Amino acid sequence: MTLTSEPEGPTGVIAIGVESDIVTSRQMVRKLTRQLMFTLVDQTKMITAASELSRNTLVYGGGGEMRWEIIERDHQMGLRLAFEDHGPGIADIKLALTDGWSSGAGMGMGLSGSRRLVNEFDLRTAQGEGTCVTITRWKA
Amino acid sequence: MERIPVLQMGKCLLVTIQVDMQDQTAILLQDDLAVKISGSGATGVLIDISSLEIVDSFIGRMLAGISGIAAVLGATTVVVGMQPAVAITLVELGLSLEGVRTALNVERGMTLLRRADGGDLDF
Amino acid sequence: MKPVNIAFDNVLKASPEAFLKSWIEEVAHSGEGSSGSNARVAQNEARELLSALQDAVRDGADLTQFGSDAWSKTRAVLAELSQSRAAQGASAGETSYFVMAIKKPLFAGLQQLISIDPQQVFDTVWAASTLVDKMAQWTATTYQRSREQVIKRQQQELLELSTPVVKLWEGVLAAPMIGTLDSSRTQLVMESLLQRIVETGSELAIIDITGVPTVDTLVAQHLLKTVTAIRLMGADCIISGIRPQIAQTIVQLGIDLQGITTKATLADALSLAMKRSGWVVSRAIG
Repeated sequence: MTLTSEPEGPTGVIAIGVESDIVTSRQMVRKLTRQLMFTLVDQTKMITAASELSRNTLVYGGGGEMRWEIIERDHQMGLRLAFEDHGPGIADIKLALTDGWSSGAGMGMGLSGSRRLVNEFDLRTAQGEGTCVTITRWKA
Repeated sequence: MERIPVLQMGKCLLVTIQVDMQDQTAILLQDDLAVKISGSGATGVLIDISSLEIVDSFIGRMLAGISGIAAVLGATTVVVGMQPAVAITLVELGLSLEGVRTALNVERGMTLLRRADGGDLDF
Repeated sequence: MKPVNIAFDNVLKASPEAFLKSWIEEVAHSGEGSSGSNARVAQNEARELLSALQDAVRDGADLTQFGSDAWSKTRAVLAELSQSRAAQGASAGETSYFVMAIKKPLFAGLQQLISIDPQQVFDTVWAASTLVDKMAQWTATTYQRSREQVIKRQQQELLELSTPVVKLWEGVLAAPMIGTLDSSRTQLVMESLLQRIVETGSELAIIDITGVPTVDTLVAQHLLKTVTAIRLMGADCIISGIRPQIAQTIVQLGIDLQGITTKATLADALSLAMKRSGWVVSRAIG
C-alpha cells in the first residue's frame, strides 16, 4: 500500500498480513498524527505504540488489521487506533500487561510499554478467538 | 530486501541507519555486523541513529543485541545521535537499553571508542 | 417563505438604519455596552449580523432550528464576534447582551408590522424570541471556548518562561526548576533540556531543584525519567539544590536515585561538572 500526499479521511483500515505492513502502519500513523498536528513527542509516542501493536498482531495474532479513526470530544481532536486479530488470544492478561513478560523470546509483547505511551488503552481478548487492542491519543 | 551498508574505517565499523527499517533489515544488519566484526578484527562499532525517528522494542533489541555480540567478539559498540523525542519515548516504553553505550554525536562516539581501545584505533 | 419568515424579513428590511440605531442604543443603555472607538466596531458587527440574519430568513431558514445548516453563516458571524470580544477581555455578559439587545428593535418592529391576528403575533414573537435566545446561547458558548483557548495559551507561555535552560560553561547546561514539579512541567523541561543538549552538544546537564518546595515519590519519578532520557542520549546529569529537608524525605521514602550524582548547591555541581569535563580552575595571584 502506498501512501499518497492527500490528507487522510476520518477513518480507514490497513491490513497487517506481512512484515512490511508494520512499516506501513508506522507511516500511516505518522501521516495521521502530522495531519492532526500532534507535537513531535506525541507523534513519536503514537507511532511507536502502533509499531509495537501491529507487530503483535502479526507475530502473535497471525495477522489482522489496524483500523484508525479521527475523533473529537469537547472540542479536542484525537486519534484512535484498533489492532485486531483472530489468533489464539492472550491466555493470561495480567501477566501480559506486566513489564518484561513475553510468551516468546525477546523483551516482551510491548503491551505494558505501549499503554504508557497513550492516553486510553483497551484490551479485549478471548482464548481461541483473538485479540483487539484499542489505543487513543488526544491532541495536547 | 534492503541492506544497511557497513563501512570500515581502520579498526572501526560505521553504520548509519537512515531508513524506516523493516524487521528483516534489522536482523540482517545484526548478522552482517557479526560477520564483519570477526572478519575484520574491528574493535569499535559506531551506529548513527540521528536520522531514526522511531526506535521501538524491536530496534531496541537489535541495538542491545549488536552491542552484546560485539562485546563477545571483542569490540565496543556506541550508539550516537539519539533524537530527544526517541529518548523520551524509550523511557516511557520502559526500554533501558542496558549495556548499550551512547554518545551525543559521531565525534563524541569516536572519542569514546578510541578511549575504549586504549587509543589504538589507528585511523 | 413561511408567514413567520415573511414577517421577520419585513421587520428587518423596513428601515435598517433605524433598526441598527435602536439596537446599538439598547446595548449602550443597558450599561453593559462599550463606548468610544468600540462603538464603531459594534456598529459593523451589528450590521454584519443583521445581514446574515436577513439572508438566512430569506432562504427560508426555520426560526426554531438554529442548529440547522441554514443558520451556519449566522453562527459563524456570532463566533467571530465572541472570539474578538474574548480576546479583548470583554465579559461574557457584555458579549451575550450584545446579541440579546436585538430583541428591542425586533419586537418593536414586529408589533408595528403584524396584522391584528393574535395567534400570528404570538407565533412570530415566540419564534423571534427563541431564535435570539439560541443566538445568545451560541455566542456565550463560543465566547467560553475562546476564553479557554486564551487561558491555555497564556498558561503555556508561563510554563515556558519559568523553565529556562542556560549554558553555564562549555558543555555544561543548567535547568533551574522553580515551583511544583508536576507531570506537564517536567515534560516541558525534559523536552527543552534534551533539545538544548543536542543543539549545544553539551554532555552535562545540571538540574537544580532549589526552587522546588517538595519532593515526593512522584516528583522523584519524574526526575528519574528525565535523567534516564538524558543518559540514553549519551549525556549525563547532576541534580543540585537538594535542601536538607528534601534529603531527609528522599531517604525516608526510600527513593532510589539510581546512581545519579547529587550536590547540595548549584556551585558544587558546576565545580564537579567542570572537573569531569577536564577543566582546571586557577586563580591569578595579586
